Amino acid sequence: MAKDDHPDKGRGRGVTRRGFLTTLGVGAAGAAVTGRAAATSEGEAEVRAGLELTRLELLVNGRRHRLLVEPRWSLLFVLRDKLGLTGAKPGCERGECGACTVLIDGLPRYACQTLALEAEGQEITTLEGLMNGEELGPVQQAFVQEDAFQCGYCTPGQIVAAEGLLRANPQPTLDQIRAGLSGNLCRCGTYAHIFKAVQRAADLKRGRGEGQ
Amino acid sequence: MKEERGGLYYAQNLPLPETPGPGQEPEPWGQTRIIGRPRPRVDAYERVSAAAVFPSDVALPGLLYGAILRCPHPHALVKSLNFKAAQASPGVWAVLSGADPEADLAWPYGRGRAESRLFDRHCRFEGEAVAAVAAETPYQAADALRAIGVEYEVLPFLADERRALEPGAPQVHQAGNRVSPPQVYQRGDVAQGLAEADVVLEQTYRTEAEVHTPLERHGCVACWEGDRLTIWESTQGVYAIQAAAARVLGLPLSKVRVIGHYMGGGFGSKLQLGKYTIIAALLARKAARPVKLFLSREETYLAVGNRPPANMRLKAGVKKDGRLTALEFSCLGTGGAYPAGGTSLVDWQVKDLYACPNVRTETEDVYINAGPARPFRAPGHPQGAWALEQMMDALAEAIQMDPVELRLRNVPAVSQARPGQPAYTSTGLRQCLEEGARAFGWSEARQRLAASNRNGHLRRGVGMAAGLWVAGGGRPPATVVLKLFADGSANLNLGASDIGTGTKTVMALVVAEELGLEPSAIQIEHADTGTTQFATPSGGSKTVPTESPAVRAAAIRVKQELLRLAAQDLKAEPAGLTFQGAEVVLKSDPTKRVKITEISGLKKQGVVVGVGYRGPNPEKKAVNPFAAQFCEVEVNTRTGEVRLLSFLGAHDSGRVMDRLTYDNQVCGGITMGVGLALTEVRVLDRAQTGKMVNRNWHDYKLPTALDVPAEIVSLPIDLPDDEANSTGAKGLGEPVTIPTAAAVANAVYQATGIRVTDTPISPARLCQLLSERPGRG
Repeated sequence: MAKDDHPDKGRGRGVTRRGFLTTLGVGAAGAAVTGRAAATSEGEAEVRAGLELTRLELLVNGRRHRLLVEPRWSLLFVLRDKLGLTGAKPGCERGECGACTVLIDGLPRYACQTLALEAEGQEITTLEGLMNGEELGPVQQAFVQEDAFQCGYCTPGQIVAAEGLLRANPQPTLDQIRAGLSGNLCRCGTYAHIFKAVQRAADLKRGRGEGQ
Repeated sequence: MKEERGGLYYAQNLPLPETPGPGQEPEPWGQTRIIGRPRPRVDAYERVSAAAVFPSDVALPGLLYGAILRCPHPHALVKSLNFKAAQASPGVWAVLSGADPEADLAWPYGRGRAESRLFDRHCRFEGEAVAAVAAETPYQAADALRAIGVEYEVLPFLADERRALEPGAPQVHQAGNRVSPPQVYQRGDVAQGLAEADVVLEQTYRTEAEVHTPLERHGCVACWEGDRLTIWESTQGVYAIQAAAARVLGLPLSKVRVIGHYMGGGFGSKLQLGKYTIIAALLARKAARPVKLFLSREETYLAVGNRPPANMRLKAGVKKDGRLTALEFSCLGTGGAYPAGGTSLVDWQVKDLYACPNVRTETEDVYINAGPARPFRAPGHPQGAWALEQMMDALAEAIQMDPVELRLRNVPAVSQARPGQPAYTSTGLRQCLEEGARAFGWSEARQRLAASNRNGHLRRGVGMAAGLWVAGGGRPPATVVLKLFADGSANLNLGASDIGTGTKTVMALVVAEELGLEPSAIQIEHADTGTTQFATPSGGSKTVPTESPAVRAAAIRVKQELLRLAAQDLKAEPAGLTFQGAEVVLKSDPTKRVKITEISGLKKQGVVVGVGYRGPNPEKKAVNPFAAQFCEVEVNTRTGEVRLLSFLGAHDSGRVMDRLTYDNQVCGGITMGVGLALTEVRVLDRAQTGKMVNRNWHDYKLPTALDVPAEIVSLPIDLPDDEANSTGAKGLGEPVTIPTAAAVANAVYQATGIRVTDTPISPARLCQLLSERPGRG
């Protein structure tokens, strides 16, 4: 494989599935076992008591939300059950399926493996944030046109992962698309349609002058 | 404004399909205008925008979160339960166990053959429900589960069905480990058939247990209003859940409403009621608050079904000219700890796919201490195909015949395994084989590969396999209601679930075809026992052939009523009128016409309603879909990795309804079959603990974006089956996954000369087989 064709090319700051699991798995596992969480975006060892409600400000889809959270709550739980943003879906809650994928500062991350506290001060984008009012964004439109889903449950995660890929790499090769979407399971098995949708989304975005 | 409303119609001025008179059967569609074309889904917007509310997304005021404590042992007795700490745990509103009189309920696992309880003290599989809690957050519910004290008496377990009938094997049930006496099917004389054969081959095969793992986990939200229960359930059939829940809870059907508008995949595992739904309902009643209870991913591996493992032996005889003379098949299987069809339909391919006068099959279903099976996409069929289609490949080689040609020599005209051997309403098996081989470039690929790549470590091979699905014809009952509003737009009401196959879309297209409406002008209401019509669950690849004729019938009823009303305006007989786009026209004098939206009866009533029913299937006929799939693989003989280079699915599922969702099913079925072939296996720790050791997606591998062929070619054999039903459609969702794994195995054989008879063809297994090969160069 030529160097330029490497699937990880253009994935920006180098989030790989493996590295991603390693960095995030520790915090969540620790929280589950001890009820305590080591949680700041920079990874400093600030420890807060597990069950004590803690003030949190989250920036989601461009809107600021202030709320009280238990430090052990995942970003996924807070988005869905406290903010009513149900685009991100729980599939495994252990960093395996990608149904809960959101963008954090533009990078695809598993919201189930991110503590809400970790996400403070960062820009969070969910599927809802890819809409323009009631209008679909380009990746969403491409998924409709290529029928890149069946049951639709993994779809929000697939779309957000594709969005993240295209922001980092506006013209991905097929191998790069496959690698970029490899952290998102689709049990209905629509991958071949998803590949086409991502290619079409890249075209749609180019047509709009996005991601140049 | 009026003219714009006329724009609801795509078929301006074009004649619509002829409207049969009252009581008459409709003619088959001729040339269709909208059916069969690639159309995006009518609910695509909802599914990509987060507007779709899945049961997992349902939120209600005061919602609590339920969780179930599950037995960690494969076989144990619950000696005591202590809830003191759990009850005192923060946020806990209810604790539930078999000690609660309202939860001391019979559980219909065994369909009357094996007694069980909702919370059974005798836990016969790892993951059996022991107790449950409801709390204000899922975290608090998990805390409370951990605070429950349980004392188990651990019993000897049986985790390998192959040892179930050995003397001294641990007994899963008191009456022994046999679910029933062995089931035997026989036609002709197998001994004689084998004696007549030029070549006889015999081989054992095994397929491992697979777990469905739909992306949305099993679960529901349960809410009481007084004595009325509403359940939002992730299910393939709201009416099936309603009936079973009402029965278990002792409620009339009118007190149980089940809603399942969206659901995140089921593949057969969400056809039936699970304990979690009843537990959610009881927790909600006890707490007097609504309860959301969704299983954890780990629980879904243990307690809500699987495709059972199959241990098969097949002996086959063939003449040099390719005629099969005998098939002798046996299978030992298990549906787990309760009767659950452990060997159900495993032998159907052997019995019915190819013409063969002498066939004997014997299946033996036993208990083990593992979670009960549930139907899994084409129950039994991919397993049977794994054996039969690899055997066909071996027979073809033995008589030096092309594998496609061998199958073509044995295409049957009748369903041999059914009583009276009825003819198929249609069979496209021959076309699947011939046209599939042509489109794939089968002969050329075989020659090209036979001549090359015998030296390097990357070996390529092509393989193919065929199949049929035992059902797929649909059947009554189905009732749908179609309402035409005064502005010409419509509302379609049906109880069927859209499990991702595109049910809603296909039904909208049927209405569009019949009424000339734009699909976007059709509102769909479905999958709600409170507001929509009765439907059987979406499974068995029967939803389109069951529901679409009922939808067509409802649309025809609407048209008949419109003609009756228009006849009053035009002072004519209804039989003398016909539709032209958005107008009703007098056939004998086309200047006399009225716009549908100007029909005074429609304007006065505000709505015209048509009720459609599913009529009976043709008598003494079998309605089955057929399939053939072709693939090319590249095997790395150093690492044992199998890479899929291309795949083609040629399918006869009757009329193609929506080409886009059709191709998507083919793509999905093949992807799932790739999982059976290459990656999926439920690993039980048979020797030490009996527990499942890979109950997560990290260790239980589904095919990912990196594992599937970049392109999967769908080649519809578009043969409308007009004898089967009024839309000519047969089922698709299951046949698409039947031949896949066997096709991969056959391709691996062509590439390496290694016949992998047990799933999955993992790198480790393939490396081992390659290293054991005699004379390896």
